[in-house]
Amino acid sequence: MVAPPVPTVEATAPRTTPVRRGRRRRLTARDILVLSVVVGVTVVLDLALIWGTSVVSVLLSFTNYDGISPIKWVGIKNYHDILTINPEFGTAVRNNLLWLVFLGLIATPFGIFLAVLLDRQLRFSRFYQSALYLPVALSLAVIGFLTQLILSQDQGVVNAILGRTHGNGIDFLGDSRLNIWMVLLFAGWRHVGYIMILYLAGLKSVDPALKEAAVIDGANPVQTFLRVVFPAMRPINVIVLVITVIESLRAFDIVYAINTGRNGLQLLSVLVVDNIIGEASRIGYGSAIAVMLMLVTLGFVITYLVNILREDSR
Amino acid sequence: MTQSLLTPSHAKQTISLGSNYSDPTPKKGIQGMIDAYQSKSGNTVKVNTTEHNTYQTNITRYLQGNPDDVAAWFAGYRMQFFASKGYLADISDVWSGLQGFNDALKNASTGADGKQYFVPIYQYPWGMFYRKTLFDSKGYKPPATWDDLITLAKQMQKDGLTPIGFADKDGWPAMGTFDYINMRKNGYQFHVDLMAGKESWTSDKVKNVGTSFGKKEVGLIVFGTPHVVLQAPTPADVDDSILFPFPAIDPANGVDSVEAPIDGFMVPKKAKNLTGAKDLAKYIGSADAENAYLKVDNSNVAVNSGADTSAYTSMQKQAIGLTQKAKSISQYMDRDTRPDFAQTVMISAIQSFIDKHSPSDIDALCTNIEAQKKSIFANPVS
Repeated sequence: MVAPPVPTVEATAPRTTPVRRGRRRRLTARDILVLSVVVGVTVVLDLALIWGTSVVSVLLSFTNYDGISPIKWVGIKNYHDILTINPEFGTAVRNNLLWLVFLGLIATPFGIFLAVLLDRQLRFSRFYQSALYLPVALSLAVIGFLTQLILSQDQGVVNAILGRTHGNGIDFLGDSRLNIWMVLLFAGWRHVGYIMILYLAGLKSVDPALKEAAVIDGANPVQTFLRVVFPAMRPINVIVLVITVIESLRAFDIVYAINTGRNGLQLLSVLVVDNIIGEASRIGYGSAIAVMLMLVTLGFVITYLVNILREDSR
Repeated sequence: MTQSLLTPSHAKQTISLGSNYSDPTPKKGIQGMIDAYQSKSGNTVKVNTTEHNTYQTNITRYLQGNPDDVAAWFAGYRMQFFASKGYLADISDVWSGLQGFNDALKNASTGADGKQYFVPIYQYPWGMFYRKTLFDSKGYKPPATWDDLITLAKQMQKDGLTPIGFADKDGWPAMGTFDYINMRKNGYQFHVDLMAGKESWTSDKVKNVGTSFGKKEVGLIVFGTPHVVLQAPTPADVDDSILFPFPAIDPANGVDSVEAPIDGFMVPKKAKNLTGAKDLAKYIGSADAENAYLKVDNSNVAVNSGADTSAYTSMQKQAIGLTQKAKSISQYMDRDTRPDFAQTVMISAIQSFIDKHSPSDIDALCTNIEAQKKSIFANPVS
């Protein structure tokens, strides 16, 4: 996938040879056995459960399989249909992108901001930390139910506070122009806590001497963070970025708990489930959507890996 | 086979029954029916109840995997689909011994190959409901025609009431309203052909339905009787709810069709105890079974003409009045068409109908439904 930087190989070869010699170790027969079992089992499981199923999904996506009838090859018909006549696909893609943008530009930076604040040893810092982290302990499905309790049109807390309880409540979750933003708000609520705790752990590991040096050199807090701490946190930054992307693409449970992902709350994951599971059993068609989701995910993963490998080989 | 030679046919059997009657009242109703069967036949029935949405979602895998001997399901196309796929046992021999079912019921239980695969237990008509006390206090009258309905809805709005009652979170309640407008405007046969994929969704007939629907002219509430009876806070609320037929739109069609889905049971081909399954199916098709069930759950009405109607509530009497006067009985959109079409296309399309207002939006929507229909119906069922 990623070509190693070829020109440097010859140049570095003489230098690395002496280093390697001292590291060579002899493996006993038992070591080899243990290693091959450990690695072998992992590889077999990985091939069977991840690559195997992915390949089968890709193959099924070119068929009209419905779980009962014999499988018939239909070429790219499923993809063509999804891209041309499925009105929900566009909405789902838009919602997944909104999710990514919202988490990436608002929730994640806010979580980092909170982590930096909490790292400054405020009073009651432990209390804030727990309060912000609490939603992470809840599953997103549970948050979906909470969302309903809070925003429901006739029995929701918000409408009760606004005094709109007599059939004139705001339909936060039923209005397809409004509901996605409400869901993002609640998904973001949880995401902020998650990012905060990750980042806080990272901040604790930054050498305080770095910060002290920056302060002595006359940097203000913003400069200290952006110029000194943030670059030093590179491994954590990468993890936070990856988590944000993964959370956006795999989002599913919260909308499924609210209205099974319909009426403005479509997501790619929901379309896959609706087509494959359920009475419809459009397994070929659903697989095609899943393959597209996989391609988007792979896009992010490959970009990430390319970056990492390039930096490491430097 | 050896076993059946050794044990006499009337020996005690164990039969399993897959049920989606998961709400408390229907669950008790099924138990009542099963108790009656057990004491009559001496057989033992093991009821496996699954939450009804889960049951429906998993039906394909259930029938393919390890199904019970008798399984709850719905009449019409939704059953025929699985019969065509070869997952149901032919129970024509049971039907030849059944009495009290009219042709409409028999048709709804018959597969595309002319054999019977289903035994009905009850049905429940959909119609419009209003609160009697409210109508009396305001001096409203139940509308008989579409124009009356619009006048009434406008009057209600003027009086500060919301004339529309829609609950469309799950996607299916609005289908009933669509079906009714369609049948009133275009007739029963058009509904059947449209659902079977023979009529085009881009025809003006469908667009007219969409326009009426989109304008939100539909007032009051369209629901099935169980939704009102089982979910009303008190029995007094039920008595206060009056059911009336969906108003006429085109006089040529009048109010001759009623949407009254039929529920019942089928025997999966993979049933382990086929003899027992058929025996139970035969009992379910009797008036006794319906009486036993409806004694507990009075939100539905019997389909067997031999069933006892003397203890009917006012709601049940109104319901039976509605179905008896009907010339044709439709099932329900998601029961009259292919599940892959109903589940993946129509649910979201109907929700869009509610949101769209302009004729061009409706044109685009209809064109899209038609395109998806062509693609899905291009796959043969069997």
